[in-house]
Amino acid sequence: MMTRKPEPLIFELSRSGRGATAQYPAVEEIDIPASYRRRQPPPLPQVSELQAVRHYTRLSQLNFGIDTHFYPLGSCTMKYNPRVCNSLAMLPGFLGRHPLAPTATGQGVMACLFELQEMLCQVTGMAGVSLTPMAGAQGEFAGVAMIRAYHRARGDMARNEIIVPDAAHGTNPATAAMCGMKLREIASLPDGDVDVTALEAALSPATAGIMLTNPSTLGVFERRIVEIARRVHEAGGLLYYDGANLNAILGKVRPGDMGFDVIHMNLHKTFSTPHGGGGPGSGAVGVSKRLLPYMPVPVVGREGDRYRWLDERDLPESIGRLSGFMGNTGVLLRAWVYMRILGAAGMRRVAEFSTLNANYLLARLTEAGFDAAYPGRRASHEFIITLKRQAREREVTAMDFAKRLLDHGYHAPTTYFPLLVPECLLIEPTESETREELDGFVEALAAIKKEAESDAARVKSAPHTMPVRRLDDVRAARQLDIAWKPTVA
Amino acid sequence: MPYIPHTNDDVRTMLDRIGARTIDDLFDEIPAELLVDSLPGVPEALSEMEVSRLAAERAASDGRVLNFIGAGAYEHHIPAPVWALVTRGEIYSAYTPYQAEASQGTLQIMYEYQSMIAGLTAMDVSNASLYDGASALAEACLMAVRAHRRSKSARILMPATVNPSWRRVARAITEGQGLMLEELPYCTEQGTTIPGSLARFAGQDITALVIQQPNFFGQLEDVDALTRWARANGVLVIAAVNPVSLALLTPPGEWGDGGADIACGDAQPFGVPLSSGGPYVGFMASRMGHVRQMPGRIAGRTVDVEGKPGFTLTLQAREQHIRRGKATSNICTNQGLLMSAATIHLALLGPAGLDRVARACVARTRELVAALSRIDGIRAVFAGPRFHEAVLQFDRPVAPLLESLAAEGIVGGFDLALDYPELGHALLVCATETRTEKDIDDYARALGRLTA
Amino acid sequence: MSMTPADLRYTKSHEWLRTLPDGSIEIGITDHAQQTLGDLVFVEVPEAGRVLAAGDACAVVESVKAASDVYSPIAGEVTAGNELLATQPELVNRDPFGQGWILRIKPAAGAGAALLDADGYNAEVAAGG
Repeated sequence: MMTRKPEPLIFELSRSGRGATAQYPAVEEIDIPASYRRRQPPPLPQVSELQAVRHYTRLSQLNFGIDTHFYPLGSCTMKYNPRVCNSLAMLPGFLGRHPLAPTATGQGVMACLFELQEMLCQVTGMAGVSLTPMAGAQGEFAGVAMIRAYHRARGDMARNEIIVPDAAHGTNPATAAMCGMKLREIASLPDGDVDVTALEAALSPATAGIMLTNPSTLGVFERRIVEIARRVHEAGGLLYYDGANLNAILGKVRPGDMGFDVIHMNLHKTFSTPHGGGGPGSGAVGVSKRLLPYMPVPVVGREGDRYRWLDERDLPESIGRLSGFMGNTGVLLRAWVYMRILGAAGMRRVAEFSTLNANYLLARLTEAGFDAAYPGRRASHEFIITLKRQAREREVTAMDFAKRLLDHGYHAPTTYFPLLVPECLLIEPTESETREELDGFVEALAAIKKEAESDAARVKSAPHTMPVRRLDDVRAARQLDIAWKPTVA
Repeated sequence: MPYIPHTNDDVRTMLDRIGARTIDDLFDEIPAELLVDSLPGVPEALSEMEVSRLAAERAASDGRVLNFIGAGAYEHHIPAPVWALVTRGEIYSAYTPYQAEASQGTLQIMYEYQSMIAGLTAMDVSNASLYDGASALAEACLMAVRAHRRSKSARILMPATVNPSWRRVARAITEGQGLMLEELPYCTEQGTTIPGSLARFAGQDITALVIQQPNFFGQLEDVDALTRWARANGVLVIAAVNPVSLALLTPPGEWGDGGADIACGDAQPFGVPLSSGGPYVGFMASRMGHVRQMPGRIAGRTVDVEGKPGFTLTLQAREQHIRRGKATSNICTNQGLLMSAATIHLALLGPAGLDRVARACVARTRELVAALSRIDGIRAVFAGPRFHEAVLQFDRPVAPLLESLAAEGIVGGFDLALDYPELGHALLVCATETRTEKDIDDYARALGRLTA
Repeated sequence: MSMTPADLRYTKSHEWLRTLPDGSIEIGITDHAQQTLGDLVFVEVPEAGRVLAAGDACAVVESVKAASDVYSPIAGEVTAGNELLATQPELVNRDPFGQGWILRIKPAAGAGAALLDADGYNAEVAAGG
């Protein structure tokens, strides 16, 4: 049970004149004219160093993390983040280096980044990789922008539609819109595969490309991917691979071999860099040969045994820069460490054991009386159960199950995504969990199911042991309180 | 098997339960011609010890240099508690707080961060971070177009004194939506945007004016005059600010008459190491009236069913997972870990500590400029007040000098030849509170020797 | 169970229309729509003077879990948006056909649209539309 004592805001701990003075440099006189100067000091807290340390330690204790709890959040790949990845990325030589320092002083970090590019090319079957996108969504942006640039360079100006299956993550349509593309949504079949007839109908001379996740967000492998790729290419479009679920096929199937022209990888999922409470991510992009000229810059190049940054002068048709420097280098270093420790064989094992864990969990939950959303299909590294029967019979929803799981010491799976499966839980155990942990999770869900039959109110009012009970989201949005303000004396 | 806990017995038991013979059977829905059985080109596994040795050698080869570059990323002292706290597993290995009841720590840190950014910028509201300063500026331009309902032009005035890398990023990210970023010239004596140069746009449909303070040259813009012009002409103001400077300088919310509409920048100077380019942490704040056009996550304070205060993600209908193609941005994951570092860093510094850091930056840069200008053939280009960067003009190309300095362990500054050829042989230098009198002396001496 | 007043006209996209005595048209969202969305937390209404084509998105209704566009079924010029909703979006939940109206438009000359009566709308809803 977590503490239920509320932690005050750091501002409420503040006392005028207090401070962590060991952190202060000496006072200096300056000569900036008054007309440029701030009139009131900023309303920042004034606390001692111990107060700050204790406050943020206590706040951390109100969280679930992978290090403390099983965290089977579907499509997020919450696997163990090896500690060594962090400690090596934070070696002083890497950490203290200014990004614009001469490359002579950066050959060590650039060697790691170059190797990372090469390894990512190999595992995805692509011709080139750019590491600069700072998150999955930015990788998507880079991908669609490259598709757009490709068509424009060929004078094919009318191609302004991106096709997206209805099961897609919300970032796909949002990315298409950000790139100035029109969106065409196509349906999925009852077995979870893309409806090829609907796809055929959507293809036209306006088709710029299609965005697909494979295995899809429905937790199944798209069996007709080769045919889909052929049809899209025949219609003049390109294929974009959303790498959110790359963990499921790492080292077993390569998106390039499936026919994809461009892909983004979520290094914070597949390659185990930390999620950090919502970032930093890294959305490296891989491209087929025909999209090489359009990659976002900079990219690490090698000449003999020296590394240098390839920029707009080397790639004049690049879609440009997406980050102020060269992307989330510290995240890239963590991914590099992880990949070097795994090696080629270790990467294949990621796919194998994440798939084993998912299928085992699915089998056990089915035995326990839960309904698979796609019965008869193999799970990828994740799968969906639907609680629409429980919702209908007991009025206990997927959200209620999710909240009650927290009381059992498990982070909830992804709820209500994908949108087309009613009352769904999208469950991704990852390869780093033991069988015992999975068994415990099954027992917890089974216990909740039983409780829903005997004491539905208890489930519907969960959680009961968390720092707070269910929060009033409506009040949060209607009476917006999103920044503490000092009370005017 | 690194990071995989399964025993042979586990595998057998689990496959039995699934009803499969081998693990390969689990991939039987994948067309056989797509399966590969090896990854040529991916090296074999290393142990933790071996990879540690390799990484340590490479990091050591990059060395520890004396740094005098800023240009968008700044070396500051990071209090020891900052990274000790954010690498706690409960922060480091948590995800976006989708389950609010199990994520109150992250959510409260987001709320405190938003409050600190709003307070520093004197704006009403802040989001819970964007990727970096450059992409935050791009998002601010897109947001201004959405927020300015009456303006149809999507024309944004972008002074040449704005960080050139940020301008490139803004162009790359906004191009697909047809934004037009129009460059404004600067005064060659002061190194600042001339408010009078805006007169030619009077009466035209302009969506927004970007103002960077301090600007890329480290010079202070006349933000009040620029903001007043924008307000008088129905143009929104996007402030791009260095957050450390806000301890001393007028915050965007108080610029001109009525302040800026959107403030953005990079909070990297708060607790985030240079780290060869990232991850950093973009920030964005705005007036309350524009909050629904803001991209990115926002935490709000509310109560639970028992009336107890708590925190939750709010205004999510702006975001891609609900609004999909009509979302304010495609951003999903942001920079949570760095946002937490910035929050703890600011809590430790407080108003007094931040004020001292900012003053020390101004003082060290003043000393650096004085020391380097004493060398024959080097002079400061621009007059007027500055924060912690300055442009120096040389009588010869700076690139070879920078290489020679690097060989001596000194990173001497950012060469402006590519971005500002009109300035001749120009170098942008920076000194923060981390540079000592001796550091500056060492640099001046080395440069004196190399130019003699 | 939601209600569907017999004196109004409806669209398949869950708007209702009322002809006011001066010939202008008042538009809102149906009881069924507000129930499906849940507690509204924000309503964006159009400014007076905006000219709409039939089928244009003219307002946004937002709950904590969904956001939805409101479409104008007929062409015309906006004469008013319901300013009360800026601070009280819950009016749409509480009184969708009355105080929760969203906008009023003056129809363009000759503007018309194929609209449903209450029974027709109820049948659409029952069919899952």
